Amino acid sequence: MAEPIIVIKDLKKHFGHVRAVNGVSLEVQPGEVVVIIGPSGSGKSTLLRCINYLEVPTSGDIWVDGIHLSKKTTNINAVRREVGMVFQQFNLFPHLTALENVTIAQTVVRKRKKDEAIRIAMEQLERVGIPEKANAYPGQLSGGQQQRVAIARALAMNPKIMLFDEPTSALDPEMIKEVLDVMLSLAQEGMTMVVVTHEMGFARNAADRIIFMDNGVIVEDTTPTELFTNPKHERTKMFLSKILH
Amino acid sequence: MTEPVELRADVSTQTKVTDQLAEMPWWFLFIFLTAIYLVYSFYFNQTYQEIFAFLKDGFIVTIRVTLIAYSIAVTIGLLTGLARVSKNPILYNVASVYVQIMRGVPILVTILYVAFVITPMAVEQVNKMGVWLAELGLLGPDNVLALLGSRTAGLSVSFEARAITALAISYGAFSAEIFRAGIESIGRGQMEAARSLGMSYLQSMRYIILPQAVRRVLPPLGNDFIAMLKESSLVSALGVKDITQLGKLYASSSFEYLKTFNIVAFMYLFMTVLLSLGVKFMEKRLRMDG
Ligand SMILES: Nc1ncnc2c1ncn2[C@@H]1O[C@H](COP(=O)(O)OP(=O)(O)O)[C@@H](O)[C@H]1O
Ligand SMILES: [Mg+2]
Repeated sequence: MAEPIIVIKDLKKHFGHVRAVNGVSLEVQPGEVVVIIGPSGSGKSTLLRCINYLEVPTSGDIWVDGIHLSKKTTNINAVRREVGMVFQQFNLFPHLTALENVTIAQTVVRKRKKDEAIRIAMEQLERVGIPEKANAYPGQLSGGQQQRVAIARALAMNPKIMLFDEPTSALDPEMIKEVLDVMLSLAQEGMTMVVVTHEMGFARNAADRIIFMDNGVIVEDTTPTELFTNPKHERTKMFLSKILH
Repeated sequence: MTEPVELRADVSTQTKVTDQLAEMPWWFLFIFLTAIYLVYSFYFNQTYQEIFAFLKDGFIVTIRVTLIAYSIAVTIGLLTGLARVSKNPILYNVASVYVQIMRGVPILVTILYVAFVITPMAVEQVNKMGVWLAELGLLGPDNVLALLGSRTAGLSVSFEARAITALAISYGAFSAEIFRAGIESIGRGQMEAARSLGMSYLQSMRYIILPQAVRRVLPPLGNDFIAMLKESSLVSALGVKDITQLGKLYASSSFEYLKTFNIVAFMYLFMTVLLSLGVKFMEKRLRMDG
């Protein structure tokens, strides 16, 4: 097996008395698709946000693509540009058009020339299926379209890893599929993905592994088939019975 | 006491006309008519013409003081506002001390303090340093500070410059709070999205946060400009010959108090009413753009 692209060792993140993540160890191989599920407040977002250092861990170590994040000399911006992140609330830049949303970091961070950035942005907007909305502002787009622009924005940086934090939870039901389809094709193209979601259809079709978290720890880490047909832990069973009705 | 319900219903059917009348901008009409009356008087009244001619230069001084002080204040405000939202404890605390002091001290006191305490002290220090450096001869007799020292030895800083400095640092603190509120009104997700793309804190501020914050701070900054235009009349305390100071001079020598201060008030009112309309228009435009 190749070197893992993400290594997490005994990660803890506490907010005051709240132990959001309380001792998580995890390895993700290049090209792997890992789905994280678990009840609200179990620490899924916090774990994900530690991977690109939006949250600074209380203790523990993280390596991304061989780079030790908590080392003082690590340039965190250099790591982040290799790790795309998609948020539940999209977080598009409302003062910029869809196209500008996708080009801004390319020019500012990757120092690409403007026309090159636009060419790449258009490629990515085509990939997520909305090149015709290039000149629209986020406020003029539906939730599903906004989330696809957000995915294109992350992809345009040519990340090695993509993190998704409940990317379809804020969407109307009829728009969930268009976003999941984009994510599915991304998974099939071999992108390394860590996805927090409760879309079990996506987990079944795309995930290599599925992780069940509760109370800041990993309760179960196994294949989708195994988890759905033969969950080991009582807490997993209870959670699954609630979301698979 | 609660009103009888049927009475209220009765009234509401007939209030249409009075409602409309109440919504008319009567205040504007009133000021407009007063202005017409005053302009009319200016034309046909010898005294008014004389006063107007006498105050004209003050008009220019008021505008100059306000424009310069305001430009500096906005620059200070932007930097201080950034420091106030910064996680760096030194920047944050230094900025907060400055803001709290300026908000707690009356502007007139700040003006007097800058004019009669800080400026003389600063000039003295520069002179001392200049002399010291020149005597030391380390940097040569014509280094910048030595030159400045010898230059300022006999020179004084004009009272207009002192007044502008005082207004600028007072309003710098006010606009800092406007910028801080504007930056904080932008959701946390924007900074996180920018950082997650690999932008540095300053790049995120420059390309993502500030462009959005600026649209929200423009109306309050406009109101600050109007406030400063009025408050600039305090510089008359230093004898700076703005509208107010020239008005005081003219009135006390001619005893034409009513007419002089009519014109003084009118000049300020003319500018502030126009500017208020401008700010209202800007607010409407920004709201329409979303
Ligand atoms: N910035 C924060 N400050 C304080 N508490 C937080 C913060 N972020 C998350 N938490 C707390 O940490 C716990 C885990 O949150 P989170 O990782 O968002 O869970 P999940 O994504 O699984 O719903 C929750 O109890 C939450 O309230
Ligand atoms: Mg979450």
